[in-house]
Amino acid sequence: MTTRSIAVISAGITEPSSTRLLADRLTDATVAALVRGGGAEGEPVVEVVDVRDVAHDLTNNVLTGFASPALQAKLDAIVGADAVIAVTPTYSASYSGLFKMLVDVLPKESLRDKPVLLGATGGTARHSLAIDHALRPLFAYLGALVAPVAVFAASEDWGSVDAGRLGARIERAGDAFARLLEGTPAAKPGDPFEDVTPFSAMLADLRH
Amino acid sequence: MQFGIFTVGDVTTDPTTGRTPTENERIKATVAIAKKAEEVGLDVFATGEHHNPPFAAPANPPVLLANIAAQTERIILSTSTTLITTNDPVRIAQDYAYLQHLSDGRMDLMLGRGNTGPVYPWFGKDIRDGIPLAVENYALLHQLWREDVVDWEGKYRTPLQGFTSTPRPLDGVPPFVWHGSIRSPEIAEQAAYYGDGFFSNHIFWPASHTRQMVQLYRRRFEHYGHGSADQAIVGLGGQVFMRRNSQDAVRDFRPYFDNAPVYGHGPSLEDFMSQTPLTVGSPEQVIERTLGFRDYVGDYQRQLFLIDHAGLPLKTVLEQLDLLGEEVVPVLRREFAARRAAGVPDAPTHASRVAAAGRGTDSTVYAEGDDVTGASPVAPQEVSR
Repeated sequence: MTTRSIAVISAGITEPSSTRLLADRLTDATVAALVRGGGAEGEPVVEVVDVRDVAHDLTNNVLTGFASPALQAKLDAIVGADAVIAVTPTYSASYSGLFKMLVDVLPKESLRDKPVLLGATGGTARHSLAIDHALRPLFAYLGALVAPVAVFAASEDWGSVDAGRLGARIERAGDAFARLLEGTPAAKPGDPFEDVTPFSAMLADLRH
Repeated sequence: MQFGIFTVGDVTTDPTTGRTPTENERIKATVAIAKKAEEVGLDVFATGEHHNPPFAAPANPPVLLANIAAQTERIILSTSTTLITTNDPVRIAQDYAYLQHLSDGRMDLMLGRGNTGPVYPWFGKDIRDGIPLAVENYALLHQLWREDVVDWEGKYRTPLQGFTSTPRPLDGVPPFVWHGSIRSPEIAEQAAYYGDGFFSNHIFWPASHTRQMVQLYRRRFEHYGHGSADQAIVGLGGQVFMRRNSQDAVRDFRPYFDNAPVYGHGPSLEDFMSQTPLTVGSPEQVIERTLGFRDYVGDYQRQLFLIDHAGLPLKTVLEQLDLLGEEVVPVLRREFAARRAAGVPDAPTHASRVAAAGRGTDSTVYAEGDDVTGASPVAPQEVSR
């Protein structure tokens, strides 16, 4: 696939946010790896969805069932992207509530077969399995194509040059995700309003 | 063009007084509202169907609509909506044909799948079967109204052998049917296939949903040879609250909006007004906004307003009807008529459908004695000992 667009979800709340920092670093590493491998295709377009900016709109969407125009534009960017990078802080051993709200208001089936790179931040490495225990099952249910590699950054990682240093893990994740994207056929979501199921087919289905 | 009101029959606390109407009060108020709608010159009154609190909408709309039909003379009785999923299509065929006779044809019905999950299992159905239920049930309803004797089998109901749905439709012409859906293209397709009407409730959602569905319905209506796309039969809902002065309208409606069961404690009234068809303001603003609906659905045949929602007291609803009837609808009639393109039909009525059929034909199925058991009520039966 030629990766033309990447949607980046960051559920960081503080300003500045280490969650957002991790998301930006993962994006940079992925884009750099794609450019190295992709020849003259040029850089993919990156759109960042920062949940803090749409926090109230997310609540309204959950309450009313529809998105404000501003939130709808962000949702459309995620649904239409060739790849998604999703990073959340760890709250109570799991993804944050706002992160989940954003996932909850995406249209059904919109992440099916979508390549996704996961990241999470936390105070200590104690919850580094939050990605595997909380994020992966969520995206598995949604049918996304989740990259085997993911990155958890504890606060201490931002200052450590010990084995398993963060920078190297981020670069490895970007490389691996870029290779995944290059090998993945582009998802073409159908539009049920354009490709209408003829009524005769609906009647015929009842006879089985 | 037809103008009217529809109700979802909610029993909601008035947030300005803390008082909740009793079911009896809400039911009687609904009848009063329908009668007032006719009094102020509106064309249609429609009721929803519900099976749980906090609703006083009837579980079987013909019960309410027959009561109103007996107390009115001109207004068309309809539904918003009749559940085509969890009702037995045989009972829909019987009850609505009965209403058709009682009201001298002054009725039609609008079908929906229902928005309350537990209603499905309460009536022995699975919510995951929503679309196929709507497809199969309506196919049977359609057949019951057009064939005097029906042999039928299907997936979601026990079979029928030699069944006659009574009464037969008035003058041999079945009630006109509209199909309603917010977002499911299958229902727009269904409406188009049969050449029936399509109704979008057009409340609580952005206009983009309505535009998409109506455009699909029109395109497929033409595909199925019922006429050109601009001749399809489209109806819209809408929600309004009016005062002479628009600031007063916003001030008075805000507590009802902020506490409403469906959208309360969510977006602000102003945001909701800009993102959905809700119009809270002066009659002039309602006129202007409503005329604008035509821009994205084309020339349409029916416009219904939701005016009794979210706990508004009866007195306020009656005042809204006065404003609708005296100031808004007469202007809308004139303006919509002036803008309508040539060749666009009116909403079908019983009279127009009888005329289109050539003439009315009494379709009574006569049977000697008790046709089903074979025993004549005239000749006494031998009782074996």
